[in-house]
Amino acid sequence: METGAIKNNSSQNQHTYKLEGNTLYLYNSLDFARSGYFVNDMLKRLKNYKSPELIINLAGLAEIDSAGVTAIFYLKRKISAKNIEVRITEASDSVYKKLELFGPDKAKTSFKRDKTTFLEFLGTKLHFFFRFYITEFILLTADVFYWSFHDLFSPKSRRKGEVSNQAVLIGVNATLIVVVMMFIIGLVIALQSSAQLRNFGANIFVVDLTVIAMMAQMGPLITAILVAGRSGSAIAAEIATMKVTAELDALKTMGLNPIRFIVVPKMYGCLCTIPFLTILANVAGIAGGMLAAYLFLDIAPEVFINRMGHSIYNKDIMTGVIKSLVYGSIIVLTGSFFGFRVKEGAEGVGKSTTVAVVVSISLIILADSILGLVFYA
Amino acid sequence: MDLEKILEVTGLSVSFNGKPVLSDISFTVYNEKITVILGGSGSGKTTILKHILGLYPVEPGKISLLGRDIATLDEDEQKRLYLKMGVFYQKGGLLSSLTVGENVALPLEQHTNLPDEIIKEIALQKLSLVNLKDTYHMYPSQLSGGMLKRAALARAIVMDPQMLFCDEPGSGLDPVSLASLDKLITDLKEQLQMSVVMVTHEVSSILRIADRIIFLEDQKVIFEGTISDALASDKESIINFFNKSKGH
Repeated sequence: METGAIKNNSSQNQHTYKLEGNTLYLYNSLDFARSGYFVNDMLKRLKNYKSPELIINLAGLAEIDSAGVTAIFYLKRKISAKNIEVRITEASDSVYKKLELFGPDKAKTSFKRDKTTFLEFLGTKLHFFFRFYITEFILLTADVFYWSFHDLFSPKSRRKGEVSNQAVLIGVNATLIVVVMMFIIGLVIALQSSAQLRNFGANIFVVDLTVIAMMAQMGPLITAILVAGRSGSAIAAEIATMKVTAELDALKTMGLNPIRFIVVPKMYGCLCTIPFLTILANVAGIAGGMLAAYLFLDIAPEVFINRMGHSIYNKDIMTGVIKSLVYGSIIVLTGSFFGFRVKEGAEGVGKSTTVAVVVSISLIILADSILGLVFYA
Repeated sequence: MDLEKILEVTGLSVSFNGKPVLSDISFTVYNEKITVILGGSGSGKTTILKHILGLYPVEPGKISLLGRDIATLDEDEQKRLYLKMGVFYQKGGLLSSLTVGENVALPLEQHTNLPDEIIKEIALQKLSLVNLKDTYHMYPSQLSGGMLKRAALARAIVMDPQMLFCDEPGSGLDPVSLASLDKLITDLKEQLQMSVVMVTHEVSSILRIADRIIFLEDQKVIFEGTISDALASDKESIINFFNKSKGH
């Protein structure tokens, strides 16, 4: 005879089941607290069970819940699989009712997941990607640019002060972080190149290097990446939250176009400020380079400034401004696109924000390489 | 016939930022009955529920749940006590990152040592009881409002609770869905022998399922008793409450 003892919550050991011959007797109660132990213990004990029959006698069982019922039927199923006949006997009325209520037929679902081949899976994903990402992004871009041009000369279509509000939120508030970061980057670039330039006696070329790098490449790119991280995520989060809380539906039912009402002011705000932010970033980066040149290459600021005249070209300045406008558009479009695509729930808002930042930075780098080829190839 | 007391609230007073919300509230909930706490918006119904569920400290006053004063329980005792409760929130409260099945199975995974196969079976049983067993692999965002409520109900009853607390379960449902949700709650109460405490102001729902009601007004309990006594009451606010809903 083997008995099972389960520690209950009051820390008293209590025999709740007993295996005697081919009969398993259950006593007292079998509930959520005891069923896990009971099943695992019985499966171990019945591993080498040889009798052709097992009787589960429930005469002593006073209480049972859904976990207990499921545990009994689970055990029955496992033992029956070894060609042993399992019978459940002598259940009281109340226990029998629970056996009926939570019987095994309740735990079956007719839902079946479709099995697809790898090619079907790949095709579905690609179709989904082109249909719901590429196409919709292009449509949104067309919509935003259409309404941006359309509303340019009709100030009545915008809420008063909304564009300047967005300009402050997206551009002006990013000034400090952009200027500080670019100053440090300019300083580091000049510092690291100074060692190499000194070897060749070409100290003065640190000016050309810093100025060209900042004006043509680093200024617009780093500014755009910082704005994407800071303001692009805010745009996505704002629109996603508006969608989740049905504010977008409310706008539509009030006859307002969410693109005109929400996205267009952001586009204006961003495009008005990001070129100036880029120019500030260029100045900060060059100032950083000037400091490094003075400290490590003994190039006086006056010399640095004089030399700058030889390395600054109008083309670089214009390229930087054009790049910043393209990147600004990418930030607003990507943030808005992923904001509008959000699925319901708090988690959806977080996901769309993260994806918006990652995608906009990736698109900015892609656009940078394309514009680099266009302007300099 | 003497009814078994399962929850007793005595002298509970609550104020937020100096503004009184509940003032010296006392009432009793009996075993295997559906008790509805009702009153107008802002009458403190949900606040009472949150105190009973231990989300707010009880001070001053006393709440005795299944014979235990909840203020005297340590963390472990409180956890064990609350495992005997199921809570059905107004908006469902299902986690959007998990499937419906995973949502329902979550309390079992966290509080029992049952094998995974059994956990899945129990989750399916409970989904089957609310007629949603084919939604096991679906996400909450794929369900309609009524289905979402039923899935939340399945999660609330997954541990076979002794008491089920429902916070405005019918909000946002059409009359047909509300009636079927009420029937579901009544059936489950019978099948699982639960006591149900429901906070609502849906009069049609109250008339359909309430055994007893607790009526709140002006921070106080102005009526506690059976639904038939409430309907026969001569208190003006109670008469108005039930009559207005009938369109009188």
